[in-house]
Amino acid sequence: MTSPTHSARDAGLSLQQQRQRAAFWFLAPMVVALFCVAAWPLLRTIWFSFTDTSMDNLYGGKWVGFDNYLRVQELPSGAWRFKGTLADPAWWNAVWNTVRFAFVSVILETFFGLMVALVLNAEFKGRGWVRAAILIPWAIPTIVSAKMWSWMLNDQYGIINVILLNLGLIEKKIAWTASLDTAMAAVLIVDIWKTTPFMALLCLAGLQMVPRDIYEAAKLDGIHPVRVFFKVTLPLIRPAVAVAVIFRMLDALRIFDLVYVLTPDSSATKTMSVISRQNLFEYNNFAYGAAQSTLLFAILAIFVSLYIWLGRVDLTGEAK
Amino acid sequence: MSFGYRATAVAALLAVFGAPAMADELFYVSGATGAAVENFKKYVAPWEAQTGHTVTMVPMPSSTTDQFAQYRLWLAAGSTDIDVYQTDVIWAPQLAEQFVDLTEAAKDVAGNHFPSIIESQTVGGKLVALPIFTDAPALYYRKDLLEKYGVAVPKTWDELTAAAQTIQDGEKAANPDFWGFVWQGNAYEGLTCDALEWVKSFGGGQIVEPDGTISINNEKAAKAIETAKGWVGTISPEGILSYQEEEARGVWQTGNAAFMRNWPYAYALGNGDDSKVKGLFGVTTLPAGSADEKSAATLGGWNVAVSKYSEHQEAAISLALWLSGPEVQKMRALNETNLPTIVSLYDDAEIAEKAPIIPQWKDVFLNAVPRPSAPTLTKYSEVSAKFFNAVHETLAGNGSAADNLAALEADLTDLKGDGWK
Repeated sequence: MTSPTHSARDAGLSLQQQRQRAAFWFLAPMVVALFCVAAWPLLRTIWFSFTDTSMDNLYGGKWVGFDNYLRVQELPSGAWRFKGTLADPAWWNAVWNTVRFAFVSVILETFFGLMVALVLNAEFKGRGWVRAAILIPWAIPTIVSAKMWSWMLNDQYGIINVILLNLGLIEKKIAWTASLDTAMAAVLIVDIWKTTPFMALLCLAGLQMVPRDIYEAAKLDGIHPVRVFFKVTLPLIRPAVAVAVIFRMLDALRIFDLVYVLTPDSSATKTMSVISRQNLFEYNNFAYGAAQSTLLFAILAIFVSLYIWLGRVDLTGEAK
Repeated sequence: MSFGYRATAVAALLAVFGAPAMADELFYVSGATGAAVENFKKYVAPWEAQTGHTVTMVPMPSSTTDQFAQYRLWLAAGSTDIDVYQTDVIWAPQLAEQFVDLTEAAKDVAGNHFPSIIESQTVGGKLVALPIFTDAPALYYRKDLLEKYGVAVPKTWDELTAAAQTIQDGEKAANPDFWGFVWQGNAYEGLTCDALEWVKSFGGGQIVEPDGTISINNEKAAKAIETAKGWVGTISPEGILSYQEEEARGVWQTGNAAFMRNWPYAYALGNGDDSKVKGLFGVTTLPAGSADEKSAATLGGWNVAVSKYSEHQEAAISLALWLSGPEVQKMRALNETNLPTIVSLYDDAEIAEKAPIIPQWKDVFLNAVPRPSAPTLTKYSEVSAKFFNAVHETLAGNGSAADNLAALEADLTDLKGDGWK
């Protein structure tokens, strides 16, 4: 590094202190940037949720405490009831939709992702090409793939219905995105199609860290491959898969674009992000929407903390 | 080097012709249905030539609900990117604060438009937007098929149901994709329009009356919505619950429907060269609930408003005046069968000859029902969303119309509080 005989040593700083100081200056721009683009908007949203701000007057909101979350409303008849997001059935419907979507999609994506990763981990000709090709669904912007699928799932012209009809699997055309029974399935199909490659990639990275000699040892001992998978492969790639699941879970819990394009405003698929956006920008309920965004953030934080705590996932990279 | 050359050339030109007024580059944002983007270029070409300004159209999704949220966001942020907005007839009260008052600029021309339309765009004495065309839906029917099955043009919804069923039963054998009636059943602003027509034509009021009373929870309204529910999966595909205007037109224009509810824009497109129903269809007013009731059409229409945050307001106002003026309105009438808002154009011989639906439609839109955007003020979007969601749930089979309307009434009462504001 730069000549330590000069200023720093004169000021009586140890090498450790100098390094800390240098590290601080290297990190400072990043911290400032993160504060501006992540912390500030978050704090601002939380602040809005405690005011009565509206879209027409973003800077004129007054403090209203927890009214957007929960308050008691007295009716003209003298009776009373709870109001606010926490007493809003539409909000709880969205929470339930989101959680259901997140669990089903993450479980299936992990399963399929692991399958794909195992295949790709095998030695075969043209493996590089296949690995690149499998990433295509992940590389297509969600809006584009959602539009593409909404055409394929269209009840009248959609190719999915034509294929299923010709194979004799269905008797009449299904209105995938319109019918309340199939809307969630449609969203799940598209999300799994899109995100399995991502899971596969993260699992594959984990698989490649597994030392080859362990497999050779297992082979010499004549252990059945299925047993090898459960006793050797799975425990060794568990940390990688756990991190992948956290990423996916975070993503799935705040899903917005796919639902918004594929099934706008359907009560069967409306998620927390969709409903809070609607209150923020579409209706005249900016502060109410901010409260919903804040709750979404809180739910995400709780989920991830629980998962890390229960699974004892090591995110620091300092595993012993 | 070449840059210096060019700068000299420009300076020389300026010296010769004198410095012209600054040429502004404007941005105009609008939803795009049909051939809107291509047509817009044609409409503004004369204005660009006249003023030296240029304007670029920023196309948006055709769903008015999607547009509204985006515009609101831009306007709340004080965005200077967009100078002129194409606004739905229902938005004026909600966005009035963000647009320039056009009263002064339009004082000579405002009198040429239908007074009711100018009034709908005036909020607290401020003229928020200038009308470019008005809209009232039509019932499109296949003349050839009505003749083939010996069915008369339906006057009531029951007649329509029966006629659609007869034709569908007959056609389905040869064409399994054939449907009796297509309309807009997606959960969005368009369903508010469709459902308001059913409710009003059954004598069930107009959701929120002009004096602010919530009237939607009544037997006639419930009956109207139940009637529509009966269509889903019988004369209309189940997918109708995700259809907007363009999906309905897609089925219609490929010759796969006997009847369609749509706006007049589908008239010109349906008679285009790539249309399978070219010359085979007619239009009439929407059916009524019964022989004693009157048909109802929801008042639509689009306007242009100048953003308060535009940095080129003078040019933007000039563009707004041009787009709402008689030249463009006539071009729109001929190209896109958009109904003019200028009274005198209804007597125009060329329009009468090339777009006969327009003079025929004058009475329809003069009697059209407005959506309750005036009485509900800033709450309109939410009122409308609650209404179309209640209808959508009913159509999808989630609860009866009576139950959903009772719940809707409670929600709206709550929203209203001690008065709409």
